[in-house]
Amino acid sequence: MKKVEIITRTFKLDDIKAALSEIGIKGMTVSEVKGFGRQGGHKEVYRGAEYQVDFVVKVKIEVVVEDARVADVIAAASKAARTGQVGDGKIFVLPVEEVVRIRTGETGDAAV
Amino acid sequence: MNAADTAFVLISAALVMFMTPGLALFYGGMVRSKNVLATIMQSFILLGLVSIIWAVCGYSLAFGTDQGGIIGSLEYLFLNGVGMEAGPFSETIPHLAFMIFQCMFAVITPALITGAFAERMKFGGFLVFTTLWILVVYAPMAHWVWGKGWMAEMGALDFAGGAVVHMSSAAAALAATVVMGKRKGHGSTAFIPHNLPMTVLGAGILWFGWFGFNAGSALAADGFAANAFVTTHMAAAAAALAWILMEKLHSGKATTLGAASGAVAGLVAITPAAGYVTVMPAIIIGLGGGVFCFLGVLLKGKLGYDDSLDVVGVHGVGGTWGAIATGLFASINKTTGLFYGNPSQLWIQLASVAATWAFCFIASLILFKLVDATVGLRANAEEQDRGMDLSEHNETAYQA
Repeated sequence: MKKVEIITRTFKLDDIKAALSEIGIKGMTVSEVKGFGRQGGHKEVYRGAEYQVDFVVKVKIEVVVEDARVADVIAAASKAARTGQVGDGKIFVLPVEEVVRIRTGETGDAAV
Repeated sequence: MNAADTAFVLISAALVMFMTPGLALFYGGMVRSKNVLATIMQSFILLGLVSIIWAVCGYSLAFGTDQGGIIGSLEYLFLNGVGMEAGPFSETIPHLAFMIFQCMFAVITPALITGAFAERMKFGGFLVFTTLWILVVYAPMAHWVWGKGWMAEMGALDFAGGAVVHMSSAAAALAATVVMGKRKGHGSTAFIPHNLPMTVLGAGILWFGWFGFNAGSALAADGFAANAFVTTHMAAAAAALAWILMEKLHSGKATTLGAASGAVAGLVAITPAAGYVTVMPAIIIGLGGGVFCFLGVLLKGKLGYDDSLDVVGVHGVGGTWGAIATGLFASINKTTGLFYGNPSQLWIQLASVAATWAFCFIASLILFKLVDATVGLRANAEEQDRGMDLSEHNETAYQA
């Protein structure tokens, strides 16, 4: 099992959710995060005083899937999230040791 | 006694009362989220503290029989003798109506100061300072200008409180920045407003309440009240536009905070003039308010003092400009300014401006030093890091 973490533009969330649903992904966890990369931050001005805001708001989508489906998830998410501009974000794939469905006690692939 | 006048002044008093929670939101939106409750509290609790001081002795000191032009007598202590009959300041409304209208002015004035020391003031020191300030600074100022004291005798014009409310609070604000120093992290941390919609709502409430503040100061439901209502509105409108135009020229974009700040700057600037000028001069006063206050706020960055929410830039600059402009444009209500052939009015206005700044700054400086040395004013670095909401009030505005 692998966890796929997609960090990307907030307004792409609905598109990504739709694309993942289409390939049969039945659950995900979403959070609003801040960070920076090559895109850098932006300038804000309050009463004439300029502030550099380094952290950009992004959305993080976490999906855990069987190893065989990782490539499909990456392909679908990348296609949905890509604008071609700096700031599209990144996808991380991490190994997952164990999954437990709390209600039934099922474990492993059956619990994903 | 006149029923229409009485109804109008009582409603105006309620409008002015509403300005203080409006100011709480105006300021509250501009601080960081960890300090929003403490900032709101510093305005809101004055509806409690100052009202009681006013009833006990504040009103009497301000509006009791004049003692040598300096202060009122103690005849109205505990509101003794302030009753349902028409009072000494108006033939047509109950003395109690005048008293409560003035009470709301006394409440909001020290609330204005709180913008200067936002995000670093201890609550106890704040309450002690405010109590002293009402007795030592506000009551004499109100007496001098509206209680038949020496500024009124001199002929200084201050319709609704350019000196009594705005310059006095701004001078105290400047004294606060001198005594208390900068917030922790000033210059390195970004002090970004946490909720500008809250600030704009607060500015809207202030604008609404200001009709009571200025038109109500006519103390009668008459043409002068209507004139003050219209001049107030038009000055705020002009200043909001002037401020965002300055922003566009200065940093490229008009901002929401700028529109809200500009409206308040215009309201401040027209306050001393509202009952003495006609509508077109009011628009000029508003435009000046927007431009000068915007520049005043920029000046803070150049001078390097930490007036957190620009009390000096908005109320100090706006109040001073308004007092001078009154000396230029006054033309109704038995007044004439420089542009209508009476240069001496301008000199009187300048003298009242200088005296107000000098007295209020020095007296406030002494009071701040006194409270700092006894009760303490400034939250330490750790308390500022945790935020004033937690460290001073044991609560948090927004639960995750």
